[in-house]
Amino acid sequence: MQLNREQLLAAYRMMRTIRDFEDRVHTEFSAGGIPGFVHLYAGEEASAVGICMNLDERDKIASTHRGHGHCIAKGCDVDGMMGEIFGKSNGLCGGKGGSMHIADLSKGMMGANGIVGGGPPLICGAALTAKTLKTGGVAVAFMGDGASNQGTTMESFNLAKAWNLPVIFVVEDNGYAESTGSNWSVSGTQLGRAAGFGIPAVQVDGLDFFAIYDAAHEAVERARNGGGPSLIHGKLNRYYGHFEGDAMTYRGEGEVEMLRRDHDPLNFFRKRVTEAGLLEAAQLDEIDATVQAEIDASVVKAKGAAMPVASKLLTDVYVSY
Amino acid sequence: MSTQILMPALSPTMTEGKLAKWLKKVGDDVRSGDVIAEIETDKATMEVEAVDEGKLAKILVEEGAEGVAVNTPIAVLASDGETVSAQPPAAPAPAPIAAAAPLAAAPAPVAAAAAPDKDWGPTTPQTVREALRDAMALEMRADDRVFLLGEEVAQYQGAYKISQGLLDEFGPRRVIDSPITEHAFTGMAVGAAMNGLRPIVEFMTFNFAMQAIDQIINSAAKTLYMSGGQMGCPIVFRGPNGAASRVGAQHSQCYASWYAHCPGLKVVAPWSAADAKGLLRAAIRDPNPVIFLENEILYGQTGDVPTDADFVLPIGKAKIERAGTDVTIVAFSIMVGTALKAAEILAEQGVSAEVINLRSLRPLDTETIVASVKKTSRLVSVEEGWPFAGIGAEITMQIVENCFDWLDAPPARVHGLDVPLPYAANLEKLALPQPDWIVNAVKKLV
Repeated sequence: MQLNREQLLAAYRMMRTIRDFEDRVHTEFSAGGIPGFVHLYAGEEASAVGICMNLDERDKIASTHRGHGHCIAKGCDVDGMMGEIFGKSNGLCGGKGGSMHIADLSKGMMGANGIVGGGPPLICGAALTAKTLKTGGVAVAFMGDGASNQGTTMESFNLAKAWNLPVIFVVEDNGYAESTGSNWSVSGTQLGRAAGFGIPAVQVDGLDFFAIYDAAHEAVERARNGGGPSLIHGKLNRYYGHFEGDAMTYRGEGEVEMLRRDHDPLNFFRKRVTEAGLLEAAQLDEIDATVQAEIDASVVKAKGAAMPVASKLLTDVYVSY
Repeated sequence: MSTQILMPALSPTMTEGKLAKWLKKVGDDVRSGDVIAEIETDKATMEVEAVDEGKLAKILVEEGAEGVAVNTPIAVLASDGETVSAQPPAAPAPAPIAAAAPLAAAPAPVAAAAAPDKDWGPTTPQTVREALRDAMALEMRADDRVFLLGEEVAQYQGAYKISQGLLDEFGPRRVIDSPITEHAFTGMAVGAAMNGLRPIVEFMTFNFAMQAIDQIINSAAKTLYMSGGQMGCPIVFRGPNGAASRVGAQHSQCYASWYAHCPGLKVVAPWSAADAKGLLRAAIRDPNPVIFLENEILYGQTGDVPTDADFVLPIGKAKIERAGTDVTIVAFSIMVGTALKAAEILAEQGVSAEVINLRSLRPLDTETIVASVKKTSRLVSVEEGWPFAGIGAEITMQIVENCFDWLDAPPARVHGLDVPLPYAANLEKLALPQPDWIVNAVKKLV
């Protein structure tokens, strides 16, 4: 699939935004400015962006506890996200959700999810709605290799196929379910599991935005055209711990440094588009600078924003009518 | 310098009382510690001792006055030698609690708190099963977004034949058979509700909903709050709850207190056929997730159901099924029938029991229960489920918090025994509340 210059610039900009956002959350967390639990997506950017660039406003995604990248790729406001993570009133959920529950339904982002395997059933519901109301929308469930072992995930495979729902299951396999290696904890293969349900599936290199984009393009077309669910298994890497504060004693010596140096999705993208003459390095450098400034501004806004007012404590428990 | 003497409170929950008697008259000298008046509530009498000293200059509330709010000035005390003008004292700051309390002079606080059911006019006899089906059909006709999803609901017409005829009328798009996969189909329905549909999820029994409770609590109940009000979840989870007959422990559990514990959920438990129809229609229309606890044994029972096309019952309002004066018996679902049987036995023995059908567990109609207990001064709660942290525990606490002073005896609970439900018919019967359990509980209180 050939992307035009604007699309390539947008893809890079989105990946850079995710990287800088996560790096900055890491720094702010270390400095003690973030009150709660965060799980960072740095290193996995090509997946969220490669998938979501195939989606439009009709489409829904369900995310995971590692949801910041999915939010940004689906168009959530960066200031609102930073505010939410800081637990401030300018947050997307008014500070009542936090990192693990960031949601913006107006962008089709049904929420990060603190329950491993919570998203796949919910996204089947979004797909059922799209099919029932004939919106033409598709629905994407992001999950990790850990969630791939949950019963809800396999039950959702079954339902999606049984009802021919417009769903794409994206397994973001970073090799570790928290600290548990997927090399021994996932029996069989992701492709074999999908095949068992009759779901077309493909494995892609999570480093490679273009491979992910193409796989997603095919899956989204299939779903939009009534061809039912698909699965994409991305092999990718995370640079930070399962959560901020994780000492990562389970990772090999020098493993992360090697990944950052030799398997970085942003470097890969930059090399690919500049060597092919599609974009100039200077254009990418300019994006780097503007994104950095935007993230800086989002942190300033988050720090300056008011705490949620106490009167919000008891609201939004029920819809009144 | 004059001092106002205020109506004292006998207890932290007292809001008003009767000024029974003045023991001093205008012009009398008052020394600190003197008994100046007697105050009565329907529970106790207390002597009012003077704190300050002086001459009783004016009596503002005459003896015999009822319904005097706590903190109302009842008299004026003048310092020795001071003369007090005849002008009335400044109006006291209103006591908010007292203002909300019913006047003691009102003859029937119960009637005010629990308005009788609206008269819906003509009725027709129906089974609970038919009433539930009709409620769904009416709401599905009215709103194309409403659909029914569950195991065996379509082709088989429902494991308990609740959905008879619905597939024929509404077709497979709106009456959907699911594989046996509770956790996923529940989550799927929640996701559909978040995105604009209005699902009714039938659990073959609520025992199987334990497979899905993560999605019910973590997704359906909490997402509105977590998302700062963005994503509501208009959904009904319905199916039989509690014990049936000889189906053993895994198919015989009451989940009322499990769900009623959780903010974000509403919990409804109908007893009669009219309850079933009116409350299910309300549940389907509600923009929040509603747990609708049915009972297998009640499905075949017949009752009079209003034929009015608009018939609906409000969630959060209890119904006084039988009026009485000596004890309040609170029950829900199948235990309402058990409580009514007990009330008949008690009536033969000269005890007048008031039986409240809760209908809703969250929100709980505390107002109706409290008004009844203020009248009867005794409470017995009845539930089929286990006692520990059960619905009865909550109701008892509500009574302690709201009308402790009206009680003439400690509140009592009747409940299923604290064991997994046994299979054998004799043991099963021994484990579930019977009318005589309620009769015995009441007789310990009266």
